[in-house]
Amino acid sequence: MTVSALLSVEDVAVDLPTPRGNLRAVDHVDLSVAAGQTLGIVGESGCGKTMLSRAILQLLPKQARLAGRVLFDGQDLLRLSARALRKLRARSLAVVFQDPMTSLNPVLTVGTQLMETLREHLALDHSAARARSIALLAEVGIPAPEQRLTQYPHELSGGMRQRVAIAIALSCEPRLLIADEPTTALDVTIQAQILDLLAREQRRRHMAMILITHDLGVVAGRTDEVAVMYAGRVVERAPTPKLFKRMRMPYTQALLAAIPRLDAPPHAPLPAISGRPPDPTRPLEGCSFSPRCRHAGPRCHREKPVLRDLEEADHHYACFNPLKIAAGLGS
Amino acid sequence: MATLELGIRDKVVVAPARERSRGLGLLFWAAIAWIVIIFAVAILADLLPLPSPTDMDMLEKRAAFSAAHWLGTDGLGRDELARLIFGARSSLVVGLCAPVIGVVIGGALGVLAGYFRGRFETLVVGSQDVLLAFPPLILALAVTAYLGQSIFNLTLILGVLGIPAFTRVARAATLALSRREFVIAAQALGATHARILLRELLPNVLLPLTAFFLVGVAITIVGEGALSFLGLGVPPPEPSWGSMIGEGRESLDIAPRLAFLPAIAMFLSVLSFNLVGDRLRALTDPRQGTL
Repeated sequence: MTVSALLSVEDVAVDLPTPRGNLRAVDHVDLSVAAGQTLGIVGESGCGKTMLSRAILQLLPKQARLAGRVLFDGQDLLRLSARALRKLRARSLAVVFQDPMTSLNPVLTVGTQLMETLREHLALDHSAARARSIALLAEVGIPAPEQRLTQYPHELSGGMRQRVAIAIALSCEPRLLIADEPTTALDVTIQAQILDLLAREQRRRHMAMILITHDLGVVAGRTDEVAVMYAGRVVERAPTPKLFKRMRMPYTQALLAAIPRLDAPPHAPLPAISGRPPDPTRPLEGCSFSPRCRHAGPRCHREKPVLRDLEEADHHYACFNPLKIAAGLGS
Repeated sequence: MATLELGIRDKVVVAPARERSRGLGLLFWAAIAWIVIIFAVAILADLLPLPSPTDMDMLEKRAAFSAAHWLGTDGLGRDELARLIFGARSSLVVGLCAPVIGVVIGGALGVLAGYFRGRFETLVVGSQDVLLAFPPLILALAVTAYLGQSIFNLTLILGVLGIPAFTRVARAATLALSRREFVIAAQALGATHARILLRELLPNVLLPLTAFFLVGVAITIVGEGALSFLGLGVPPPEPSWGSMIGEGRESLDIAPRLAFLPAIAMFLSVLSFNLVGDRLRALTDPRQGTL
């Protein structure tokens, strides 16, 4: 997979200076995704998922420091000039955010936002851009697309707004789509529709997609590979079926166990992960999950495990005491 | 699902229109009516069958209300109604042009400072703090005394004094907006700085700026009145509400209406602009919030 990778993130670290000291938001992460593939990034709030996606897009806050390499189609994004970077973004990258209320401009109509993007990137004239906008809105499943063009974002429902945001993201035929918690702000029935829509468009256009979420259930059926992040690091990475069949990292298992199950007996307590993630301005000496880990031994508190593929070539995990068999939690 | 969302859409389209007409209230429309009347008479002053506002009639000093002089005459026998209407002209010219200077320069500086941050922002904010540290009336006095008395100079100085306030409004709005996701989404799609500033940020910043512009008009009318009252505003014999109050002050005991009529005109105008500005701000603010 690394041979044909469209995007590869190599040893990327992001540091944010804060009044309390340096905050390492992303800690030496390696990832790659090929065209037509979907990579899921899973982790709880504040584990660096969004900062990693901003690092890929080169849209980090100004004071952030970025180290490592982000290779897109062989080009190192960190070394591109501002102009070349803008061109590359326009042609190849797009992003869909969590909250469709803030990702659309509140004072411009849906049509203006879509058509301007199209005219800017594809140099279409007014009527061609209009026709293309209507086609795009219809593609993302918006009924009566012609009437939507004159509507403002606040006149649409949350699901509709997210569809519009997806239409804008798809408008210039990106080769990589980053979906940053695209369904977190939506209710459950709409979530499945939006995820199916993203999966369908991804297959149809043969794009690479990075799906960022805190919900292992979201990535389960819809990704080719999953990377689990904790405290800025990737702690387990494997092809999706393999990960769910044999998860090795206790954190991944704890995340999965924290999802409410329909077949659980009523009033059964949800096995929450006790404690909180470590303070990112004060890195721990040992494994960053060790204070919350039930399987942690003395070595876990002393030494940081590195991400390695011990048994199988494509299953990486960073743990000294990996789970033997994920009993009862597979499938 | 398609039918469900269609249903939602129909409801949503109707609701805002109803809400808007209900929410504005009688006071808002009264204020609008007063502003329209003031504008109409000020623009049409030359066409109205009015006596000249500068013709003196020493035999009819401080005449009472009559058919010839609807609102009587002032201390030099000039028609009070004509002076009020022509005075509205200078008040409105200064009151509108000065905030335009403020909103254009201040708005541009504020949006640029809020978007680019860094050293440019420090420079803009710092230099405006210096401008704000001067007592505005003293500065206006000094400048008109130095440059000479004219409507143009008056507009200029009041306009420059208004820049910091507009910069603050624009910068605050831009700061909040420029980290919003639609801006980041536009950047991710390869938009240039100019495009983000003009197409993404400016339409959003214009809402609070417009509301503040109307408040600025009110403040400027008061400022012009104060300067004219002190004899440093519109040069005589051109009438202005402020100078009329100033002249009326001398005869407060025998003809108090000479001071009170222009004061009432100014009060109503300032109140109207404030009301409309406040209403517009209240209309635009929650919409931003619920989005």
